[in-house]
Amino acid sequence: MILPEADGILREPEIIAFCCNYCAHSAAALAGSKRLQYPAGVRIISTPCTGKLEMEHILEAFEKGIDGILIVGCLEGGCHFQEGNLRARKRADRIRSILEEIGLGSERLKMVNLSDAMASAFVEHVREIMETVRALGPNPLSVPGAKERAGKL
Amino acid sequence: MIVASPKSITELKDLIAGHKKVLFVGCGTCVTVCLAGGEREVSISSYAVRMARKLDHNPVEITQITIERQCENEFLKELAEPASKVEAIVSFGCGAGVQAIAERFADKPVYPGLNTQFLGVLEEQAVWTEKCLGCGDCMLAHFGGICPVTRCAKRLLNGPCGGSLESRCEVDPDRPCAWQLIYARLKSIGQLDHLEIIVPPKDWSSAWYCGARKIIRKDHKL
Repeated sequence: MILPEADGILREPEIIAFCCNYCAHSAAALAGSKRLQYPAGVRIISTPCTGKLEMEHILEAFEKGIDGILIVGCLEGGCHFQEGNLRARKRADRIRSILEEIGLGSERLKMVNLSDAMASAFVEHVREIMETVRALGPNPLSVPGAKERAGKL
Repeated sequence: MIVASPKSITELKDLIAGHKKVLFVGCGTCVTVCLAGGEREVSISSYAVRMARKLDHNPVEITQITIERQCENEFLKELAEPASKVEAIVSFGCGAGVQAIAERFADKPVYPGLNTQFLGVLEEQAVWTEKCLGCGDCMLAHFGGICPVTRCAKRLLNGPCGGSLESRCEVDPDRPCAWQLIYARLKSIGQLDHLEIIVPPKDWSSAWYCGARKIIRKDHKL
């Protein structure tokens, strides 16, 4: 399914995957090496650690119209910086509550934990958030009026 | 320090519902330390309110600035230029900061972005507890440095009520019994004899109950 844009143009959902450099980024690279297919609308941004992600980075992406965000950190207990992934999860939880409160939908933000060998799990999580975002429709902040149009279609 | 908690995004949005250009002002002192009104919190609130208003088809332009202290006129000067470009101001300072800004900018509506709570300390990360009521007549010397006026639910000055259970307050089991703490503290510093002193009824005339207070230090006043 392709999302209806406010101006009538159909498009794939756009997702940002913030990937920890020590695990998820390698998992994404491994998925590529193994020729595992995942949706083309995902843009991977490597971070030194998910704990380096500020809440403003995520909020700004949503304000600018991104449809969904996936944060991928190391397995719990496996953070290179001890507890960066745990801090990232707390921040993600807070942003989810803000997104819910303002009516954008908390499901647009998801955080998962992977190791660098979990390429197929990475692909699975990307597909899952893509499906979730497709069901929600486009980010209504991307184009004024998109929410209403998406609701009618 | 003064401890405050943030207002919800919905409340902030409602406060400025009638304005199109708003200045969010953070405070770099107490409320930054208690993670309520510093630069980061102001930034997060700005994003959230801007998005909420856009979703309501009523967009708002929010500018943000965080100054060293909102409760001092000297630092409020920095707000003159950004305040001149907006219709209203939201102060992310304590109640004193909000009022200081309101007095400084008489022609602008000034709204509080936080709920000011109490004078307290940081117990552990993200946990603050109230320690001082600001009663204006400190009696901590009698009680080994633990304030029963603030920390005893019944404000007893001459010993425990007898209702505590396993050192916890009977009013709220989450709180330790202040008098148990006072006893342990006086014992550890060898001042248990303080418990034999009868503390007279407290003079509340120096407290807030007589209205807003004022201090003038003649030795420092110009």
